[in-house]
Amino acid sequence: MATQSSVGEKNKAGQTITDPWQMMHDAERTPCFFTGSEVIKEALRRANCDIMIAYPITPQSEAAALAGELFAEGFIGDYFRGESEFAVMSQCAGAAFGGARVFTTTAGPGTMRAMENFPMWAGARLPIQMIVTCRGINSPLSIQPDTLEISYLLNTGMLVWHAETAQDFYDWILKGYMVSEEPDVHLPLALCCDGFFVTHTKDMVSLTPADMCLPPYDPYRSPVPCMDMECPPVRMMRDPFIMKSNYISYATHASWQQEVWAAVERSRKHTVRWLDGLIEVENPGAEILLVSSGTAVSQGREAKVLLEEEGIDVGIVKIKSLRPWPGEEIREATKNAKHIIVPEFNVTGWMAREIKATIPNSERVYAGPRVCGGMTLPPEIIAADIKTLLGIKNKALAGRGS
Amino acid sequence: MSLERIKIAPEMYEIMPPEYQDLVKNATYGNENRGWKDIGTSKELIEEHSLCAGCPESMAFRYILASLPAPEDTVMVGSTGCTSLVFPHVGIHNIHSLFGNQNAIATGLKRALTVRFPGRIKDVVVLAGDGATVDIGLDMTLQAWFRQEKFTTICFDNELYANTGGQESGLMQKGFVAKMAPVGKTFEKVRLPEIARESGCHYVVNCTVSKPNLIEKVIKNAIHIAREIGPTYLQLYTPCILEIGKNSMEGLQEMRDSEKPTERFAYREYISDQAKELLTEMAAKEKERKAEAKRQLASVKA
Ligand SMILES: Cc1ncc(C[n+]2csc(CCOP(=O)(O)OP(=O)(O)O)c2C)c(N)n1
Ligand code: SF4
Ligand SMILES: [Mg+2]
Repeated sequence: MATQSSVGEKNKAGQTITDPWQMMHDAERTPCFFTGSEVIKEALRRANCDIMIAYPITPQSEAAALAGELFAEGFIGDYFRGESEFAVMSQCAGAAFGGARVFTTTAGPGTMRAMENFPMWAGARLPIQMIVTCRGINSPLSIQPDTLEISYLLNTGMLVWHAETAQDFYDWILKGYMVSEEPDVHLPLALCCDGFFVTHTKDMVSLTPADMCLPPYDPYRSPVPCMDMECPPVRMMRDPFIMKSNYISYATHASWQQEVWAAVERSRKHTVRWLDGLIEVENPGAEILLVSSGTAVSQGREAKVLLEEEGIDVGIVKIKSLRPWPGEEIREATKNAKHIIVPEFNVTGWMAREIKATIPNSERVYAGPRVCGGMTLPPEIIAADIKTLLGIKNKALAGRGS
Repeated sequence: MSLERIKIAPEMYEIMPPEYQDLVKNATYGNENRGWKDIGTSKELIEEHSLCAGCPESMAFRYILASLPAPEDTVMVGSTGCTSLVFPHVGIHNIHSLFGNQNAIATGLKRALTVRFPGRIKDVVVLAGDGATVDIGLDMTLQAWFRQEKFTTICFDNELYANTGGQESGLMQKGFVAKMAPVGKTFEKVRLPEIARESGCHYVVNCTVSKPNLIEKVIKNAIHIAREIGPTYLQLYTPCILEIGKNSMEGLQEMRDSEKPTERFAYREYISDQAKELLTEMAAKEKERKAEAKRQLASVKA
C-alpha cells in the first residue's frame, strides 16, 4: 500500500518515483512524433495510475484501448471495460472512494450519459482525472469535433482545463493529478481537447523519460475519509441531512457546495504554478484580441499571420483553465483591446458568454466566428470577420461566378 | 476490531463522543463468533435509525451488521431509498453516491481495495432497495455479476418505491394497485433470483428477515463466497408497512405470512458447485476450530 510519497524508490513497473516538479521541468525530454491518442498513453504510462476504466466512443476509443496495453504491460494496477459511461463514471467513483488514483476517457454522448456522476464526484471530493475528447452531442448522430459538451461541465464543481495541443495534453495529464490531488483542492479534473484535431493528428511532442513516474497517490491526504476501513468511522449523524427540512440541513448542504467551489478557487494558485498561468497572452498590446481555448486558438494564430500580412495587428489570449476561470487575467489582458474576437467550435458560443460576463464594456466582444457539427474553422473566416468588424472590405473567399 | 485497529489516544479519551469510547471498549470486531446474539449485549454498529417505527428494514439492518464476518474490513455501498436514511448512522465506512449505481460503485471500490491491499481481506457489501437493484440499476447489477465481481449484493425487497411514496416497482406483485400503477401492476414480479443464478451468482437466497439466525447464516455464506469465488445475491423481504397499510407491530407477521411454502418469499437458495465445496470446507474448519477450543478449555480446567 503506497501511502507516502517515496521519491527515488521504484514502483511496481520498475519506474523511478520522481519529484513531479523535477520530472516535469528539469528531466531531459525526448521529441516524438505521436498522435494525441498515443500521447495520452505516454502520459498515463508515467502517471503511476491505480485504475483505468474504459468505454468505447469515438474519438477516444483508441486512447482508451492503448491504456489497456499499458495495463497488460504492468503500468496500471487494474483496467476493464465498463458497461456504459454512466456505469464507468460510477466505477471510477467507487475506485476513488477506495483510495485509488483513477483515470478515464470519454467524449460527447458519453460525457452527457455520465453527467449525473460529475457533481457527485466533486461533492464527494474524488480527484479522478477524466479526459474529454470533445465531439458532437446533437441529433442526428455526429462523431465530429464540437465543444458544446464542455459548457455542461462548467457548473459541476469539477476543474475543467482545455488543451490546445498534444504537448499541452501530455504535460497537463501529469500536472493535472498534482493539482487535483492537493489536499486543499481534492477535486476531479475534466481535461478536455478537441476530438480528432488533437486525438487523431500527429504532432511533435517532448516526452519526459519513460523510466520516471509521478509519486503514488496518497489517499490519506484527502480532506474526506478514504472508504477503506483503515480508520473506522464514528457514528456521527443522528439524522441524515436529506431527511430534514430545516435551516441546519439547508446550511449544511449550502456550505458544502460553497466549500466545493472554494476548493475550485483554491486550485487557482496550484494551477497557476503548474500551468504557468491560467492564460497565455501573445502580443498583449494589440487593439484586436483573439480570445478562446482549445484548437480555436490554433486557428486564431493562423488568422493572426494572415492579418499581419495586411498590416493588421492582432493579439492572442489562450485560455488554459476554464475552472477555475481566469477572470482577473482576462480583464487585465483585454483592458486596452477595442475588439475581442471569440472563435469557437460550438453552436451556442459559451466561451463568448463567459468572457462577456467577465469584462467591462462587453460590447467589445464579437461572439464568433463559430462553427459546429464537425466543420473546420478556416483562418480566412476569422480574418474576414475581423476585417468586416473593422470596416475593411473583404475579397470574396471563393468565387461562385456571380 | 480489532482493538488493535481502533484505539483512542489516552489524552483524547475524555473528549471523544461516548459512542466512540463504547465502540472501542465493547465492539464485537475481531470476534470470530460474532452474530445476531450479540445484539443488545455488546456494542452494535447501529443504534438509532430514522426509519418508520416498526419498519422491518431496521431489524434487517441489525441482523446484517451483527453478522458481517469482518466488519473491521468491510465497506458497504448503499443507494438512494429508505436504506440511505440508515447508513449515516452505521459505524462502518459506507458510500452513498447516486440512485441505482451501487453495483458500479462497488465494482470500482472492490478493485481499488484489491489493488491497494493485496493479500488482505476487504469485503464489499452492497445493500439497496428493489427499485435501485432491479429497475434503475438493473444493468449495473447484472453486469457486475457477468464480470464476476467479488462482492455481495443485498436487495431489501419491499416490493415498491417506498422512499418516494409507494410507487410501482419491478419487484412489486402483479395486480397490486399503487401510485403509478393506478389500475394495478400489469406484469409479474421480476424473477431476479433466477436471473441472478443465470447471470453468474454463486450463491442466491430469497427469504424474509423474520429469523435472525437464518439471516446470520446467509449473510456469512454470501460474504465468504463473494470473498473467495464470485458474486452473491440475497433478496430479503422487508415489507414497507407504511405503504401496505400495516401498523408498526405487524411487520413480523407480514413476513411470516409471506414465507409460507406456497408464498413468494418461501425460502429458496441456489449454491454453485464451487460455492458448495467452499461451504463444506468452511464447515469442517469451523468444526475443528470449535473442537480445538473445547480441548483448550478442558486442558485449562485440568
Ligand atoms: C436519478 C434518480 N431518479 C429518481 C430518484 C428518486 N428516488 C429516490 S428513492 C427512489 C425509490 C427507491 O426505491 P427502492 O430502491 O425500492 O428503495 P426503498 O425506498 O423502497 O427502500 C426514487 C425513485 C433519485 N433519487 N435519483
Ligand atoms: S416508508 Fe416503508 S420502507 Fe421506508 S422506512 Fe417507512 S415502512 Fe420502512
Ligand atoms: Mg423498495
